[in-house]
Amino acid sequence: MRKALLAAVAASTLVMAAGAANAQDKLKIGVMATLSGALTSGGEDGVRGVQIAAKQAGNKIAGREIEIITVATDASPDSALRAARKLVEQDKVQLIIGPLSGSEGIAMRDYSKTVPNLVMINGSSGALETTYVNPSPNFFRFNSDGAQWMAGLGEYVFKDKGYKKISVIAEDYSFPYTQVFGFALGYCKAGGQIAQRQWVPLGTKDFGSVIANIPDDVDAVFLGLGGGDAVNFLNQYGQTGGKAKFIGGSIMADQTVLSSRGAAKRLLVGTPTSSGVADAWDDPKWQAWVKTYQEAFPADKRFASPSLFATNYYNAFNALAIAMGKINGDLSDGGAKLRAELARTELDAPNGKVKLDENRQAIATTFITEVAELPNGDLTNKFIKTVPNVSQTMGLSAEAFKAVGLPSRTNPECKP
Amino acid sequence: MADFVARRPFWSLLIAIAITLLLWLVFAVWTPGMEASFGRKRVFLSALFNGITLGALYFLVASGFTLIFGLMRNVNLAHGSLYLFGGYVGYSVGNLTDSWLIALVVAFLAAALVGILMQVLLFRWMEGQDLRQTLVTIGLSIIFADLLLWSYGGDTFQVTTPDWLSGPVQLPFVVALRSNGEAVMMTYPFVRIAILAGAILLGVLMWLALNRTRIGMLVRAGVDDRDMLAATGVRVQLIFILIFAFGAGLAGLAGVVGGTFQSLQPGEDTKILLSSLVVVIVGGMGSIPGAAMGALIVGLAEQFGSVYMPTYAVMLTFLIMVAVLAIRPQGLAARR
Repeated sequence: MRKALLAAVAASTLVMAAGAANAQDKLKIGVMATLSGALTSGGEDGVRGVQIAAKQAGNKIAGREIEIITVATDASPDSALRAARKLVEQDKVQLIIGPLSGSEGIAMRDYSKTVPNLVMINGSSGALETTYVNPSPNFFRFNSDGAQWMAGLGEYVFKDKGYKKISVIAEDYSFPYTQVFGFALGYCKAGGQIAQRQWVPLGTKDFGSVIANIPDDVDAVFLGLGGGDAVNFLNQYGQTGGKAKFIGGSIMADQTVLSSRGAAKRLLVGTPTSSGVADAWDDPKWQAWVKTYQEAFPADKRFASPSLFATNYYNAFNALAIAMGKINGDLSDGGAKLRAELARTELDAPNGKVKLDENRQAIATTFITEVAELPNGDLTNKFIKTVPNVSQTMGLSAEAFKAVGLPSRTNPECKP
Repeated sequence: MADFVARRPFWSLLIAIAITLLLWLVFAVWTPGMEASFGRKRVFLSALFNGITLGALYFLVASGFTLIFGLMRNVNLAHGSLYLFGGYVGYSVGNLTDSWLIALVVAFLAAALVGILMQVLLFRWMEGQDLRQTLVTIGLSIIFADLLLWSYGGDTFQVTTPDWLSGPVQLPFVVALRSNGEAVMMTYPFVRIAILAGAILLGVLMWLALNRTRIGMLVRAGVDDRDMLAATGVRVQLIFILIFAFGAGLAGLAGVVGGTFQSLQPGEDTKILLSSLVVVIVGGMGSIPGAAMGALIVGLAEQFGSVYMPTYAVMLTFLIMVAVLAIRPQGLAARR
């Protein structure tokens, strides 16, 4: 009896070992996304983007079956570091798609330098420094950064909307710094004034004092909030009965907020915003992507149309798949060939053509949009115009851009 | 009150001056000079009111916490989980029934039921072993947090404010004068005022129940000397269960309230637990007036901190706790 038992144990161990061996044949891809904290809804949509891209590729890259390992972060750099370490050290992953949030991206730039054979393709993070200051040779970003996503919005709200003086409410970390930086570059040059900047911690619950602090004499309020914070702010703003006009940051007036429950999001109707996607763009490739997205998940498990996050993660996966296809999936040289291939990969993405600069940072299209209500009550981003081929230096020469300095709570200054 | 004035004439004078000053700040029309040095009056008033309503929320959570501690010497570190659990239950029920009041009641009952189960199945069997109880509650809070994450995900939820509670009201405080001399009145969310009123009502009812009823008498006796109470033939276990259920229920109810004027998401449980710990340490373990006082102080400190020194707002709360522990370690309102 005892022998039989031992034999059974031995046999099952063998079976398990065989299973492990099989799994090793698969190509493992780590995906990092914010699945808790304020940016959860965005993280979930990013994962959906990867799932759709993987399904379209028949769950194969360069002829090899893939296994996707998703790890959760919470938008903090240390959670991203933990997640990446887990993927690299425990799951033995060589390819990572992620992270989602600005400061996570900066942490991953530094981490990826310490793991020479790692190839990291940014999910959706958009801090300027990630690819601008000491960029990592292993880190590729196929989406614009937060400043690039604001290209043209400043001029647009100043000239077409007539907002001469605004105040800013944004979260206190690298991505909103970058967004306000990009916005202010254009807005202040056009002649606009920023009367006040309020920075709130990511995950702020109570906006009562912040709302009371909005100056009376501004034409509009720039909101650089995201996910749960954005919904919280709008709810509480609605409760105080305020009537200010808004300008939306890229993830403020995007589907993560426009698809949220409750009536507060209606405050955003008419809000100009700019981003890497436009919900209602009539380009056939974009429309096809929207249709694919809508068909891939039931209506209550997705947004009305793909968010910026879903699109960026989708593009990241496709960039990886294309580059891997070109080199026949050969990673035996520690990923050197893949890195070289990725650097020259040009993506014909649903949201326009994307190519990389020498820092492995995307040069891509920015969309200026305005929130509008559809007949069925859904909110969408009405397409206004595109700003094509936005580079990281925002059309400035390298020296002129360097002279502006890095995004921070106060930079760039915006004095009349 | 008179007793306090007689014993501490100096402190009473100081408190009276502070209250007068505060009232003056609230009702006076601020001069440009004052606005220059303190910021705009609307900001000050809004921080004041937000602090008080936030204090109301903390009071709801901390009063249950302090009652349980006072009676059972059980530091229930799963109290924050009960808050989050109640909030989620209230959110689901509110969605199903479209009624905020039903959501409140169901959340109270659900959290109370969990409280009863915790007391009957766990804490009864380790009575008097403080350390073990505390460790078990930490374990429970981790398990609860994971179960809630499993069933509700990491998303942010907001309990829908009923129509009769939403929208702003005008308060009779002048915040500014327009250039033509017309006064601008303060507008404030009605839901926050309703929550404040509710918390005050509940506090008064609890005080009455504790000081004017038979059960309250038994509870107070139990806080003072549990063994003696048991020796007189009172079924203390029943009282324990009752208090545990009530305290847990209050946490659940507070979850719905918090989910209405703020929001619910994973991590909220530890945040609210930490706040209520600070509240009861400042106010004094086991005392309801202490919980009210502590909640008010912590709420005000958080709000004023976030307005006037945003970078150090979190620290301010703990500085207050440290100061109280240094000067009056038993808490502001505790007798022992």
